[in-house]
Amino acid sequence: MSAISLSNLDISYGDTKVVHGVNLDIAEGESFALVGESGSGKSTILRAIAGLAPDWTGEIAVLGKTRSHGIERDVARQVQMVFQDPYGSLHPRKTIDAVLSEPLDINGIGNRGERVEAMLGAVGLDQRFRFRFPHQLSGGQRQRVAIARALMLEPKVLLLDEPTSALDVSVQAEILNLLKRLRREQGLTYLLVTHNLPVVSFLCDRLAVMRQGRIVEVADVELLKTERLVEPYSRELLAATEGRVLADTPS
Amino acid sequence: MAPLLSVQNLRVSFPTHRGRVEVVKGISFTLGRERLGIVGESGSGKSMTGRAILKLIRKPGLVTADRLEFDGVDIRSQSEKQMRAIRGARISMVMQDPKFSLNPVMTVGEQIAEALVTHEKLPRRAVNERILAMLEAVRIDDPQRVAGLYPHEVSGGMGQRVMIAMMLIPEPELLIADEPTSALDVSVQAQVLDIIDDLVTSKGMGLILISHDLNLVSRYCDRILVMNAGTVVEECAAGELDKAQHPYTRGLLAAMPVIDESRDELPVLDRTQWAGT
Repeated sequence: MSAISLSNLDISYGDTKVVHGVNLDIAEGESFALVGESGSGKSTILRAIAGLAPDWTGEIAVLGKTRSHGIERDVARQVQMVFQDPYGSLHPRKTIDAVLSEPLDINGIGNRGERVEAMLGAVGLDQRFRFRFPHQLSGGQRQRVAIARALMLEPKVLLLDEPTSALDVSVQAEILNLLKRLRREQGLTYLLVTHNLPVVSFLCDRLAVMRQGRIVEVADVELLKTERLVEPYSRELLAATEGRVLADTPS
Repeated sequence: MAPLLSVQNLRVSFPTHRGRVEVVKGISFTLGRERLGIVGESGSGKSMTGRAILKLIRKPGLVTADRLEFDGVDIRSQSEKQMRAIRGARISMVMQDPKFSLNPVMTVGEQIAEALVTHEKLPRRAVNERILAMLEAVRIDDPQRVAGLYPHEVSGGMGQRVMIAMMLIPEPELLIADEPTSALDVSVQAQVLDIIDDLVTSKGMGLILISHDLNLVSRYCDRILVMNAGTVVEECAAGELDKAQHPYTRGLLAAMPVIDESRDELPVLDRTQWAGT
């Protein structure tokens, strides 16, 4: 069964259509990356799956069930999102304990204290952080909290929107290791949005390159690692990452 | 040839409840008309070093140095008024985020004009010509139209190019670029840095590029200083980054995933190792 399947998905913000006819099929347990420059619609796809961009047509199916345009609690329990900016995505006046308990509260799940304690352990945060506020934590620690919050409901799928782009390289390494370990331990499916191709090499199995709201290429990560992406735009991205100009592209 | 900038034993400190905390702990370097990269993580003091050179650190922050000289001028003894004649005109700085550095209620053209006429009296027609030429130099198509736009109407990459135009139009001798591209996409990043690189090389300016991205800095600079916790831990030529010796530099390099990644786990910096230094 596929974890996420999108067919003929068009997404608009008001009168502007930003995603055009996207078809994607992500298997359960897979780690899939969407790459492309800002404005290419990659985050918008995540938002539509999460229910944050309700203005879409086509079909979005999560774990075999098509989702509606409204808020769906079933979907929310299985699909959770981690946002880019750990400084903006945590409520400044809620303690870490409150942030992590909230999803449990909403879904009427008991045993909250123990679950919060276990989750802090799982994301590698010391218990002493439990009753602190976000401003008392570093960027990397906050991103761990954001990941912990997404995992509180034991979802099957994580939508990761540039989870490390606001972090230092050494902290990025810690978070990437954490994401890799969690996926292995809990059999999670990842849909990762990033513009950092080396991160894709490290964390993902397949990738889709997007440009101007369309998917231009879907490829296995092996092709990325060996620099055998086919589409000119994908090769351009790859070249930009490595800071060189492709010899065979006219410019 | 005398160096453009020479810094000796530069220290920046801020008072806290537990006494003064030094964020830059006595660093020294000289800069000719070359491209120098300063690399380090958040909190390493790299931005503070850049700001100290422009005397932008306000009280209660305290800057001391045995020597802080720009082209023979002792920055330490300059008054605010004298500094204003240096900032922009002779040393200018490109900040990280165009969204917060541009004035939201002035058009792009007006802002660039302001940067120019503050330092130079020119007839309006000449000002306009310079602005359009500068916008063209930072590779903005249709400069006439863009000059009339407000900052919220331009994209991040274009905003950053406007910033660069603004900083370069008074033709300074030294450009300090503090994370000029970290708010931008990879594909735009390269463009913006190429523009800076072109202008710096063609005008023979000095450049200090401050960034946390080792690879990027090694690509665009001649020399690199690696900073950690307020000190320079390593200095090397950009081409010899892979021969870096210090464990911190090596750790940073290893922590970055690469395109042909085959490691199962990325090595993580052991921070306690440098806690004493």
